Formats: sequence, structure tokens, C-alpha cells
Amino acid sequence: MKHQSIVEALREGIAEEMERDPDVFCIGEDIGVPGGFGGAFTVTLDLEKRFPDRILDTPISELGFIGAAVGAAMMGMRPIADVQYSDFLFLAMDQIANNAAKLRYMSGGTIKVPLVLRAPVGATGRGSQHAQNMERFFIGVPGLKIVAPSNAYDAKGLLKAAVRDDDPVLIFEHKLLYGSKGARAESGTTNASSDVPDEDYVVPLGTASVRREGSDVTVLAWLLMLHESLAAASLVEPGISAEVIDVRSLAPFDWQTIGASIEKTGRVIIVEEGPKTGGVGAELAAGIMERFPDKLIAPVTRVASADIPVPFSPVLENLYRPDRQRIAAAIRDITS
Amino acid sequence: MEIELTDSIEVSQTYSKSFLLGLYERMVTCRQFEDRVKLLFLEGTMPGTIHQSQGQEASAVGVCAALNQDDFITSTHRPHAHAIAKGLTTEEMMLELFGKSAGCSKGKGGSMHIGDMSKGMVPAIAIVGGGMPLAAGMALSFKLRQRSQVVACFFGEGATNEGAFHEAVNLAAIWSLPVIFVCENNLYGASTAYSKTTRVPRLSQRAEAYGIRGETVDGNNVVKVYEATRQAAEECRRGEGPVLLELLTYRRVGHSRRDPAHYQDKDEQAFWFGRDPIDLLANGLVSSGDVSEAELRDIDARVAQTIEDAVTVAREAPLPTEADLTTDVFAMELNR
Ligand SMILES: Cc1ncc(C[n+]2csc(CCOP(=O)(O)OP(=O)(O)O)c2C)c(N)n1
Ligand SMILES: [Mg+2]
Repeated sequence: MKHQSIVEALREGIAEEMERDPDVFCIGEDIGVPGGFGGAFTVTLDLEKRFPDRILDTPISELGFIGAAVGAAMMGMRPIADVQYSDFLFLAMDQIANNAAKLRYMSGGTIKVPLVLRAPVGATGRGSQHAQNMERFFIGVPGLKIVAPSNAYDAKGLLKAAVRDDDPVLIFEHKLLYGSKGARAESGTTNASSDVPDEDYVVPLGTASVRREGSDVTVLAWLLMLHESLAAASLVEPGISAEVIDVRSLAPFDWQTIGASIEKTGRVIIVEEGPKTGGVGAELAAGIMERFPDKLIAPVTRVASADIPVPFSPVLENLYRPDRQRIAAAIRDITS
Repeated sequence: MEIELTDSIEVSQTYSKSFLLGLYERMVTCRQFEDRVKLLFLEGTMPGTIHQSQGQEASAVGVCAALNQDDFITSTHRPHAHAIAKGLTTEEMMLELFGKSAGCSKGKGGSMHIGDMSKGMVPAIAIVGGGMPLAAGMALSFKLRQRSQVVACFFGEGATNEGAFHEAVNLAAIWSLPVIFVCENNLYGASTAYSKTTRVPRLSQRAEAYGIRGETVDGNNVVKVYEATRQAAEECRRGEGPVLLELLTYRRVGHSRRDPAHYQDKDEQAFWFGRDPIDLLANGLVSSGDVSEAELRDIDARVAQTIEDAVTVAREAPLPTEADLTTDVFAMELNR
């Protein structure tokens, strides 16, 4: 057992999978340049020393290298592709949504696309084009599996599950949760490190996790907002008992875990970093109302960002992104 | 295609002393602005990240000196020198970097989106390659409305491997649009060397593939850059555009933030650091006999004062408020 940050756990998970299976390789921009960064947030730092032929630095060509990763995956390899900021996924959208997601179906099940695509999200003082929470744009694409780890244990376990899965899996990671060090360290981070076992393990895709038990209200969140929601649950103590669930799998949702909690509490708040309209929260809310209409004793509530591009100025960015105070206010509201 | 990279600039009588001193002053403004911002950033005053252009002043200043006030530029994640060269004030820029509401984009854009349409600079596009199709479209509007304006579209050599480069240059080519595609080849895209991502030795060779004129110029020689751009602009205004200019230059600082640039080759650094664009012009001016060291030092001091004043104004200026969050955008949901 050791205590690791998310970057450390991901790096180790990638190395172990590459060790285990020669078909696993990494592909992306600036991921293995000697004297460089190890990817935008140091996840692959120094891995080129151990796997000189399987850490592939690419030109700045997201459509090209992500499409090439899909092609290699079709042939049975297990690429781990990496974009520096998830905002750049838009450049590769065609290859992801039209090819990676659909080839298995269009081929009548004869093609598998065991692709892993890692993408950092979150507002971090960089302005509108390096800040978006891109989860929303992918949950509606049939054929993709999507996970979003909020701690180191999950990051490694989900990564391993993703590499071993035969469908394309997107992993959204949060810049403020990585725990990157040195020149690539972020300010204003949240500690997401955790104990990580020495032995091999996976966290199954498609599962949520109850992070804090409670009886009055269910708070659903993932990535950074999970941490803010846990803090909010503490703020409303002792008057209100909030259950906080790490949704963790955004495609598919783990309705069993979510449903069991709603059965207990009857109230749901969904917390999302990113605009409210058309967000992941909209799909969660509709799904809850379809599945558990009789268990709800209050309308489902969302806490999200306004429908605006992410602003640069830190004061505006902080107003944009939900925080523990706003979540606590929503908890008080729904239980009053 | 050997390009002569001289270690001095012959200053000819073709240009007036005031014109040349103007170039010098703008380059010094770019350098001092960046050096000051770096300090502010390291002391923790500035949010997010910065991409700086120390060493690349001659390309920004030489290009913009050849444009008219009503011509436009598009820029990149590394936009500060372009902005100063196109006439933005260091005050409106410093205010923006501090996230203040009096900044050139009201604090909503930040460093990576510096711009001012009234001065002919589109907010910088931080998605690599993202500005190129815009430039083609702007030029299309000039052509359809029979205006004589041109667009100078700045991008790095790394951007030429994005599909956007190919599509934008080709569109501009088939319609003979007035775009000067200005490739600042500083030999690295983030940490990745040019030679690892591109097989043609000169990017200007790519022009031939689109049926347009391409030229490689010493990008640290501000006079050469000016002359090449003036010729390209004349061609564009005659309907003989677009033109691809490759300006060979070098970044004297890391790619972003605290990047120590360990991936830069030591001999290469020594060569390029010995060809500083500001020193090249300064030495040329002094050895021509027309300009004294003292005159140059006066300019340096005046610029330093202007920048210090800008910092003072920017520090003291008011921040945006919650009311500013949801202005300047169409939005469906404003109540978060
Ligand atoms: C589409 C896209 N991919 C990747 C990045 C991350 N990134 C920012 S700058 C940069 C390097 C750009 O190199 P180049 O075009 O040569 O410009 P330079 O930084 O040298 O000025 C990269 C990879 C980005 N901003 N946009
Ligand atoms: Mg470059």
C-alpha cells in the first residue's frame, strides 16, 4: 500500500498495463520528450525511458493521432491517447463520434475498438478555450463509455479497466485534482490523493460509489464537484444528513447505486461544473424521474454553472464554478 | 534552401531614423512587457498560465509595421508581442492580464485571448490552428466587399500540422484571398522539436502544394521581416494572395509558465541567443553612426516607465462584478 496523487497513480497504472500487455501504447503531444513535460500534467513523465518505442510523441494533430489510435485499436492494439486539454477533443470529434463510437455497430460486431482516451477538464484561470467540462458533449454518443475519477485509487483502477475493455473509453480527469508537481503544478488544487494497493486491481466501469452516507438528501457529483459536495455536506451538519455519491461513471450511469440512495432520501441534488443547459445533470435528472418517480418527495435540483463560456478573470471564474457554499445552500433549500 | 542568418543587420539609408527607432521601441516594449509579466507571474499576482515571446519580437513588429491601421491580424496562445506590435497599449493589456474590467476584453479573455478589434487584432485564438480559417473568412469579406484590407495570420510552425492549416490555406488559395500566413518557426511546438514533426526542411516549401508563393526569411531581422511582409501585403492587395511567410526565430524562454525548456539543444540555444533580434537592430543602428547608445537607453527608460505605469493602473483598477458574468453572451440559463 502507498499513498499517491492521481498523476502518480495514473502513471503507475499506465506503466503496469504496458508491462503486462505489449499491445498497449501511449500516443499524444509532448508526452515523452526528454527534458519535457510528460504530457500537459506530467502523467507520462519519464515513461519514455522504460518504453522507448511505445510512448509516441505526435505533431499537433488531434484529428490525425486520435484517428490513428482508433485505427490501431481496430487492429487489436490498445492505445492510450491523450489530449493536453479536453477542449481539443472538438478537433477530433469526427474520429471519436463517427468512427470510434460506431465502428463496432456498423461492422455488425466484427470490429472492436479498445481505445482509451484521456482528457483533462476544469476551469483553471486559463480562459474560455482551456477550461471546459467536456463530459456533456460525449454522454449522448452511443458506443462510448465514460468515466471520471475523483481520487487516485479510482484513477488507477478505472484506467486499468478501460485498457482491458473492448469498447472505446473516455477518461475525464480534473486539472485541480491531479497533484502535478514542479513546473506543471497547478495553484488552487484539491487533494485527491489516496491509498493505492500494491497488487493489481480494477475499478469496474459503470459503477458509482457512495462516499458519505446520509438520510435526508442524495448529492450526485463527480470530479472536483464531488470534493466540493463532500465539503458542503459537512457545512450543513448536524442539522441535515446528506448522502454524497461519486457518480464516477457517466456512461453508463449506475442506476442501482443511485436508486438505492434515492429510496432512502427521496431528494436529489445534482452538482455539475459546466453550464446547466444540456449538461450531464439534465440526463441524470430525466433518468431519475423516469426510473424513480414514486420515490421522490421533492423535485430534482441542479447546481451548475451559468450558460456562459468560462470567463478568465478569477473573480468571474469563481462565480461561474459551483462551490461548497452554493451546494450547501441548495441542500438547505431542498430539505427545508 | 539555405537562408542566411547573419549576426548583424546592415541598416540602409532607405529607411528614416524615426522609422527604425520606432521598430526598436516597439520591440523593446514587447521585451520589457514580457519580462515584467514574467516577474508578476512568478510573484503569484497573475492567474492561469502565460506563453511569452521573448526572442520573437522582430517577427511581430516587422510584420505589423508593414500593415495599415485597418488591416487585421489573428494571433495565438502566444499573443503579447503581436498585440503590442498592432498597437494595443500595454495598459489595456496589463489590465486584461490582471483580470480587470477595464482590460481590452473586460477581463473575460485573459492572456491567451488578448485582442482589440478597434486596433485590428482579433482576440487571440488559443486553439492551435484555430485562427487560420478565421483569417481566410475575414479576407473573404474584404474580397466580397472590394476592400483593400489584408489579414496577417500569425501561427507557430507546430500549427502547420493541424488540418485547419491545410484547409484554410487551400481555401485562401483557390479564392486568391488577401491573407499573409505568417508562420513563426521557433523550432519547437511546446517541447517537441520541429524536426520530429515535419519532414520538409522549410515550411515555405508547403506553399507550392497549394499553388501559392512561399518564402522563408530571417525572422530575427526586423528589417527583412518588414520588407517581406510589405511585398506580401502588396501582392495580396493586388489580388495575388495568399502568401505563406516562414519567419525563422527562437523563443528565449520556456513554452509556458515555469517551463525551464530543458529540451532545447544547448548549441542551438547559444546560436540563437547570440542573434537577439533587439540587439541585432540596436547594433546595426549604432554602427550606422546615425544613432547613439544614449538615444537607445532613453527609449529603454521611457518604455520601462510606461510599463511600470501600466502595472500600477492595472493593480489598482476595479475587478469585474457578478453583474458582468452573464453579459456579452446569449445564454438560456443565467440562474445557475
Ligand atoms: C488544438 C490544440 N492542441 C494543443 C494545444 C496545446 N498547445 C498550446 S501551444 C502548443 C505548441 C504550439 O506550437 P507552435 O504552433 O509551434 O507555436 P509556439 O508555441 O511555438 O509559438 C500546444 C501543443 C492547443 N492549445 N491547441
Ligand atoms: Mg513553435
